[in-house]
Amino acid sequence: MNFVVPIKQVPDLVEELELNEEGTDLSRDTVKYKINEFDDQALEEALQLKAEIGGAVTVLALDGEETDKMLFTAIAKGADRGIKLMGDFAGGVAMHAAAKAMAGAIAAIPYDLILTGVQAVDDRDGQLGALLAGYLGVPQVSVVTGVRVESGKAVVRKEYSGGVMAEFEVDLPAVLGIQAAREIPRYVAVSRVRQVMKSATLEEVEVHNAAGDEGSSVRRMMKPPKGSRAQMIQGSPEEIADKVIDLLKAKGLKK
Amino acid sequence: MSQDVYVVAEHFKGKLVEVTFELLGKGRELADARGENLIALLFGHGVKNLGAELGAADRVIVVEHPQLESFNPEAYSAALVEVVKTKRPAVTLVANSSMGMDLAASLSVGANLPLVAYAVDVKWEDGSLLATSQLYGGKLYVESQFVGAGVVVSLLAGASPADKGRTTRGLPQVEDFATPPLGGPKVRFKQLIEPEGGDVDITTQDVLVSVGRGIQSADNLPLVQALAEAVGGALASSRPIVDSKWLPRTRQVGKSGVKVKPKLYLAVGISGAPEHIEGMKDAELIIAINSDPNAPIFDYAHYGVVGDLFDIVPVLTERVKS
Repeated sequence: MNFVVPIKQVPDLVEELELNEEGTDLSRDTVKYKINEFDDQALEEALQLKAEIGGAVTVLALDGEETDKMLFTAIAKGADRGIKLMGDFAGGVAMHAAAKAMAGAIAAIPYDLILTGVQAVDDRDGQLGALLAGYLGVPQVSVVTGVRVESGKAVVRKEYSGGVMAEFEVDLPAVLGIQAAREIPRYVAVSRVRQVMKSATLEEVEVHNAAGDEGSSVRRMMKPPKGSRAQMIQGSPEEIADKVIDLLKAKGLKK
Repeated sequence: MSQDVYVVAEHFKGKLVEVTFELLGKGRELADARGENLIALLFGHGVKNLGAELGAADRVIVVEHPQLESFNPEAYSAALVEVVKTKRPAVTLVANSSMGMDLAASLSVGANLPLVAYAVDVKWEDGSLLATSQLYGGKLYVESQFVGAGVVVSLLAGASPADKGRTTRGLPQVEDFATPPLGGPKVRFKQLIEPEGGDVDITTQDVLVSVGRGIQSADNLPLVQALAEAVGGALASSRPIVDSKWLPRTRQVGKSGVKVKPKLYLAVGISGAPEHIEGMKDAELIIAINSDPNAPIFDYAHYGVVGDLFDIVPVLTERVKS
């Protein structure tokens, strides 16, 4: 079975996000990147499926900040093939254009099950999975937390609210937007990634950046309105504790 | 091209879902601002009776078919794309829910329309639509403008009060739309899986101490468990804790977990991603402890503490006990 996992880097939210002077984008040179956490879940699920039923896992990503390292890390974790999509993505890329570029590259390789992160922190114009499925003309299910492959079909569990899940049977090829893998995404030591960087190679495929196809553009970015901001409690841990206890007492939650 | 505003009504187990009324409220605003009609779309099988509850809309368009009985990403998307391609509304509003995430992007590709997701607001400005999305885990708001007409916007839960969407203008006219080919079926609904019972029901607790990524390791959970016991509450959590299998899924608060309204919600080491906020923002008293002064949780908490939970929680537990 051929598993394909599109992955991407997103700004690490642990760091302070700074805006550019025009206030239309992040100040990109100050951004620290990490793999989209849901893509990491998708990769883990693909690796688990490979271990379970056999096959090969191909990871692919648009060329950008630290893309090589991200792809090599995926290979170090167990992916068989890494493909870097080359093109003009300097000014960032909208999800519609990313999905189109990926659909073109994926159509040229064998694929049965495409697993990608259910969402990303910056997918303003829509989640990759359903866009990609649309361009490839294959079925998709998003918000998936459980995947089995039985008799050439995927049996997937999609999360609804309140802890309820719906089970679907899906003909392959298909795209799944993965919310969480069955296991915590595996860790791989930096030394192992360095080894892989020396031994493995990434394939490069030229793609077109269909910028503008998303039909919308960013007018302004801003910090959220601070109207209802919390009243901050300060002091030593002991002082803070006493103030919190006062709040509980006022609420009748502590005598 | 019509100037009407369309809203995709979401229903589950024979009932309209709350977010439908939020969409209707926002849709009503958009339609009234230009003196146009608000149309609710209803897909299902034997769901026409729900049309009577969609009185905030001027009309209800119903597509019925056995394949639409339960939500199905393929069949629902096919029906939605066909209606929108035929009627060509100015705006189609979809919930950024589990179902809506399948529908909005499929509609965008299928009908070749712009899509903006995670919207907390959408309005007309100088004759054009402007959508404001909450991105980067709630840390930034992003305003989007559109090229051309006919757009799809997916709205986050809580973007607009549901009350407005419950205000009825009388019984809406319900019209049938001929069922288009629904595809495949390559996606087949099998069954609903209900959450396992037997654990504490966190929706009935007066006090919840809820723990997030800031706890760092399962080994540290007893720290917050002790606090929960001291304040006479139960332990809840954000999604990563459950995905890491440190707590059962029954403890998860948020979009795909449960929605809670306790008297006290004490959030410990939770940054407050929109998916989490959706599940706890209506708690009577929210106190948040987080080391990041810019964590979005402080925009929703009534009281906030910026600091190291490992310093504060043990002291708080001791002082509550004594």
